[in-house]
Amino acid sequence: MKMKSHLLPEFMVERDTERCDNCKVCVKQCPFGVHYYDEETGRVYSREELCVGCQRCVVYCPKNAIKVIPYPGHYRPNDYWHEEYIRDIKKQAETGGIILTSCGSARKAKVYWDHILLNASQVTNPSIDPLREPMELRTFLGKKPDRLEIELDENGDVEIKTELHPNLMIETPILFAGMSYGAISYNAFKSLAMAAKRYGTLFNTGEGGMPKDMREEFKDCAIVQCASGRFGVDPEYFNYSAAIEIKIGQGAKPGIGGHLPGEKVTATISSTRMIPEGTDAISPAPHHDIYSIEDLSMLIYALKEVTNYEKPVCVKIAAVHNVAAIASGMVRAGADIIAIDGFRGGTGATPKIMREHVGIPVELALAAVDQRLREEGIRNKCSIIVGGGIRCAADVVKAIALGADAVYIGTAALIALGCTMCQRCHTGKCAWGICTQDPELSKRLNPKVGAERAYNLLRAWSLEIKDVLGGMGINAIESLRGNRDHLRGIGLEEWELKVLGIKGAGE
Amino acid sequence: MINRVSVTDGRVTKEIQACAVFGVMDRSGRRFDGKMIIEAMKNMRVRGNGLGGGFAVYGIYPKYKDYYALHVMFQEDDPDLKQEVDEFLHRNFDVVHDEEIPTNEEANVSDPPLFWRYFVMPQKKGEDKKLSDDDYVVKKVMYINTCIDNAYVFSSGKNMGVFKGVGFPEEIADFFMLESEYKGYIWTAHSRFPTNTPGWWGGAHPFCILDWTVVHNGEISSYGTNRRFLEMHGYYCTLYTDTEVIAYAVDLLMRKQGLPIEVVAKIFAPPMWDQIDRMDEKKRKFYTTLRMVYAPLLINGPFTVIIAHHGEMIGLTDRIRLRPITAGEKGDMLFVSSEEAAIRAVCPNLDRVWTPHGGEPIIGRLNSVEKRVVE
Repeated sequence: MKMKSHLLPEFMVERDTERCDNCKVCVKQCPFGVHYYDEETGRVYSREELCVGCQRCVVYCPKNAIKVIPYPGHYRPNDYWHEEYIRDIKKQAETGGIILTSCGSARKAKVYWDHILLNASQVTNPSIDPLREPMELRTFLGKKPDRLEIELDENGDVEIKTELHPNLMIETPILFAGMSYGAISYNAFKSLAMAAKRYGTLFNTGEGGMPKDMREEFKDCAIVQCASGRFGVDPEYFNYSAAIEIKIGQGAKPGIGGHLPGEKVTATISSTRMIPEGTDAISPAPHHDIYSIEDLSMLIYALKEVTNYEKPVCVKIAAVHNVAAIASGMVRAGADIIAIDGFRGGTGATPKIMREHVGIPVELALAAVDQRLREEGIRNKCSIIVGGGIRCAADVVKAIALGADAVYIGTAALIALGCTMCQRCHTGKCAWGICTQDPELSKRLNPKVGAERAYNLLRAWSLEIKDVLGGMGINAIESLRGNRDHLRGIGLEEWELKVLGIKGAGE
Repeated sequence: MINRVSVTDGRVTKEIQACAVFGVMDRSGRRFDGKMIIEAMKNMRVRGNGLGGGFAVYGIYPKYKDYYALHVMFQEDDPDLKQEVDEFLHRNFDVVHDEEIPTNEEANVSDPPLFWRYFVMPQKKGEDKKLSDDDYVVKKVMYINTCIDNAYVFSSGKNMGVFKGVGFPEEIADFFMLESEYKGYIWTAHSRFPTNTPGWWGGAHPFCILDWTVVHNGEISSYGTNRRFLEMHGYYCTLYTDTEVIAYAVDLLMRKQGLPIEVVAKIFAPPMWDQIDRMDEKKRKFYTTLRMVYAPLLINGPFTVIIAHHGEMIGLTDRIRLRPITAGEKGDMLFVSSEEAAIRAVCPNLDRVWTPHGGEPIIGRLNSVEKRVVE
């Protein structure tokens, strides 16, 4: 039964008719059909109920004639029955379905990064000037031995006797998080690969395989993912990589799988994922060959076998309640790197209920995991990468001081490419050419320009990290790792300080 | 079975301080008195503030050279406390001799605790039989220091001793009568300038574990990283000083893992990556591996450190030489010091004086093949 929608618009489009010359650029730019041209009046109008607030038309309007602002009308204000609940109920009453959304959790919840302050040197030890002294961000990811056995030869040269595990070397402790070709466009995928290669860090293929034409060029800077759908997985895929990541869970939707609708499975995606064109690509909630920790161990070693023990294997999980114990099990199962994705982590599509209510903040998860692995004496047997809402270089510094070896950035990387966090990835209509398979839309992102932007972001954050390190009197990132003495909490309860392992400001 | 060690939750209070350090060694093994080092420390008086001074001397107990010499301080004048320690030691060791450490009542120091020394041999029982003598001694010393309040073992090596307390170094030397009582072939010393004032005799330096001693000047900005790594290896920092971290790191790397000081120096103060990247392949691989494996033991921030154990004295400064160390040589005599002036004050006609680069250790070793100390 067709019914009238009771939903209020979310945005209002204000057009300055003085400035607007009805050039129709906005009509062309908006994939959601907000703007339209009326032949009769010769003017451009808007259907604001369709607007998602992506701001594409605003940026591209040659006359600066458009303003997109939050819709000013609202229901009677109510601190309990907040607008969002009313809107969601109405939506569900009209559709009877699960509310889908994308990106990371947008709800109001304590952001621990914002309750942590950094230290600087004064008098008793000198700060170091990053403009005049080297500042080192080079990072190694992978299992480290407990000790190094060495032998001195007759010339006094040192010979290393210990057999080392494969490690990844990156020039900044920032990697691009797993975002599949399919979830994002080929151009967005390639932009990140190019930026990672140029900066000396890594990108992550996500679960959609690696396009054949990119394998040779990007094999040394790719972490290839093996997820529950096993899309695009074969021995060649694993061997054209720097490392392999088994994806168990994702911060935006812990405990559930994924669904790439058939419309997005184009010819190239179909060949990359090794599934028929136009079929839905469904990732099951669990890996159906991993129902226990020993099963995980078997998969880890199967992947090591297929790559001749030459590549570190990473296991990625969502930050959930027992994350510390789970992480410990993963290390004991043979993971060389563990990736923890916090509840702010993004996605191309997720039920809203999962995004907003499942999982815990990555700050707390990280602190708990790092501490637990130390208590068990196995912290050096793995590296920790954290992701899920890293917004700026300060978040990176805080993560490393809490105990991370490096961070994954997904959302921030996409924002660098053009994303405005309109949270409509799941519609496949991304106006910025990022989260879409529509050739008309995806060509809006030029991989060369995208790579430049993503590279610049890595560079800018790295410079900021060096500034902060210098201020602390530290000239190598390893001396910050797990160095919680350089952190203080503000506005935190005693239990929170205890979990984070930091003192309160002034203590 | 998961073996969980107890580690702190990362929220400890660290002491902050600045200092002067000095070390002198006769590489021929000849033993000499404390006059020279006391004079040198007086020369650097402005670097301390009278809240801590101390000395480590090697070769002082030839008569008991095969026994661990435990120097114990008792904070409380409490007969039960000393009795508790006595009983503990007699239960775990053969105590061949013990006595009060001689002190000068006239010395200008306030509230000295009671000092006692015990010459002991391990008496291992049960599970402890698996431990080496050294590990056994470390374990028992750690027990006293963490589990018996107000008793503190501050020296535990063979044929060597640490003497330290609250005061300027020359006052501490006067108190322990170092100038006349003892002769050693290595002397190291420390003068403190703590920026907070615990006023505790045990808080002075040198820091000692077995015959390893460390005197140190500087504030380590990597303290939290270093401390949490060492905790994973069973070292608990009870004094919360940078010096303690260095001492434990030295114990782990040199004594337990058997790495030579030349390598350890490169762990504490490694070359920069841009230097490493320009090295030949073999060296590049070595330094890359070293930095990769021992990254948590890079000592960042300014430090000058003098490490000593029997037969060896080592001076080292941080990787970008924020706290330089100066070395001087005259015949068999080797000096390391916070300041060149202090060396020149006690040995004006040096053969050679130099200020090494960051991460380049100054190493003094006994010359004689047998490495024997002249008794």
